[in-house]
Amino acid sequence: MRNKYSVFSLIKNALSYHENWQRVWKDPTPKKEYDAVIVGGGGHGLATAYYLAKKHNMNNIAVVEKGWIGGGNTGRNTTIIRSNYLWDASAGLYDHALKIWEGLSQELNYNVMFSQRGVMNLAHNLQDVRDLKRRTHANRLNGIDAVYLSTEEVKKFCPIINTSPDIRYPVLGGTLQRRAGTARHDAVAWGYARGADAMGVDIIQNCEVKGIKRNGDSVEGIETTKGFIKTKKVGVVAAGHSSVIANMAGLRLPLESKPLQALVSEPVKPIIDTVVMSNAVHAYVSQSDKGELVIGAGTDDYVSYTQKGSHQIVEGTLNAILELYPIFSRMRMLRQWGGIVDICPDASPILSKTSIKGLYFNCGWGTGGFKATPGSGDLFAHTIANDEPHKLNAAFNLNRFVSGDLVDEHGAAAVAH
Amino acid sequence: MFLINCPYCGERDQQEFKAGGEAHIERPKQPTELSDDEWAEYLFMRKNIKGVQFERWNHAHGCRKWFNMVRDTSNDEIKAIYKMGEKPPSQ
Repeated sequence: MRNKYSVFSLIKNALSYHENWQRVWKDPTPKKEYDAVIVGGGGHGLATAYYLAKKHNMNNIAVVEKGWIGGGNTGRNTTIIRSNYLWDASAGLYDHALKIWEGLSQELNYNVMFSQRGVMNLAHNLQDVRDLKRRTHANRLNGIDAVYLSTEEVKKFCPIINTSPDIRYPVLGGTLQRRAGTARHDAVAWGYARGADAMGVDIIQNCEVKGIKRNGDSVEGIETTKGFIKTKKVGVVAAGHSSVIANMAGLRLPLESKPLQALVSEPVKPIIDTVVMSNAVHAYVSQSDKGELVIGAGTDDYVSYTQKGSHQIVEGTLNAILELYPIFSRMRMLRQWGGIVDICPDASPILSKTSIKGLYFNCGWGTGGFKATPGSGDLFAHTIANDEPHKLNAAFNLNRFVSGDLVDEHGAAAVAH
Repeated sequence: MFLINCPYCGERDQQEFKAGGEAHIERPKQPTELSDDEWAEYLFMRKNIKGVQFERWNHAHGCRKWFNMVRDTSNDEIKAIYKMGEKPPSQ
């Protein structure tokens, strides 16, 4: 049984110099057989396991992770959470996640530091203005909070933005979703891992999947670096490596994996208390609780699994940042890194059954998966447990690339690709 | 970021080039006779290999010509470059 975290447990452990905290999750060796195995121990995979155990009473399950949990894109993103997507299907999916975020720290008894500081999207040309106004209306019709701001209102909400009309791409307006914000990415992975582990889920790290065993059209198990694991249900949540796993099962996916970069500055005093994104000039920025500016850059246009990216991508983003925020001109950047994102042709995810019985994929989140972590886990768990999608993820099936019923979210996906 | 040896211009910085995705995807000869599944396969499905992959590139800010490349996507090492229409090396 897990000890509950509280102010009393903090005081109690302070008295013993914090040397007696309980392990947050076990380090089990894999069993021979599970009712289901989740491939990928990032936020989405751990959330899937958590909701399988919690809502569907599937406790004999495992999460296998080739590295350490939360060490992939969960630990590499810019932690932005919002639900202001254009289409009804996306609004349903992302707002479902946002509603879970709002109570997540309490539910997990783990502080995920969810901060509803608002997300502002800027418009820099007439088309941006029209698109953002349309999206604001679409959001409100779907019950998602959104307001359109004039240039003066943008300046009032975030005074450090340069709203001068003579800059190369002047700020003509923007949208604001006040319920949106950020969360602490590592805490999300750790909180879900702790919650899943407490319900009996085996979290197996340093265990890479090497093959998927099929019997005709059904899954029989997975080959891993820690031996064969028998299971009838495999849920793949492998982000940039989804195609690699799909190839093992003889499946092809409509994905391309590309490096997406981000960078953080040296820590400074609080200067920006919201998240500001700009699609047109490709710059988005927020400030972490430590004081670092967290800046998201774009993707490279070629397939790569290197977790690096091209220098000119970062340079282009910083050019835009400096034009919009001249106050940052002497900031020094501390770290830069890349993550491998799996991009779908319609910039929407896939949470779906496949042609192979017992094999499920949760992938294609591309450049914006972090925000959906709780909702993605909840809906994917439903899909695996019932062998049927939930109504909120029914539109995000793999068959949409055959039927043509795509969910085109390039406009709302924020990172142009 | 890496250097690319354009078969027409020689070695140039990668930022002069535009990646054109997986190579050797043949356009269907009889598009009207394809099933929806076959269309999806042609239009959307990709190998997206981690390892040696065949791809098309365009020297967008140079000679603007297309060519093919064999590249290891796990470390961005370029194995071979060959012109459009030429046979891929040891496929």
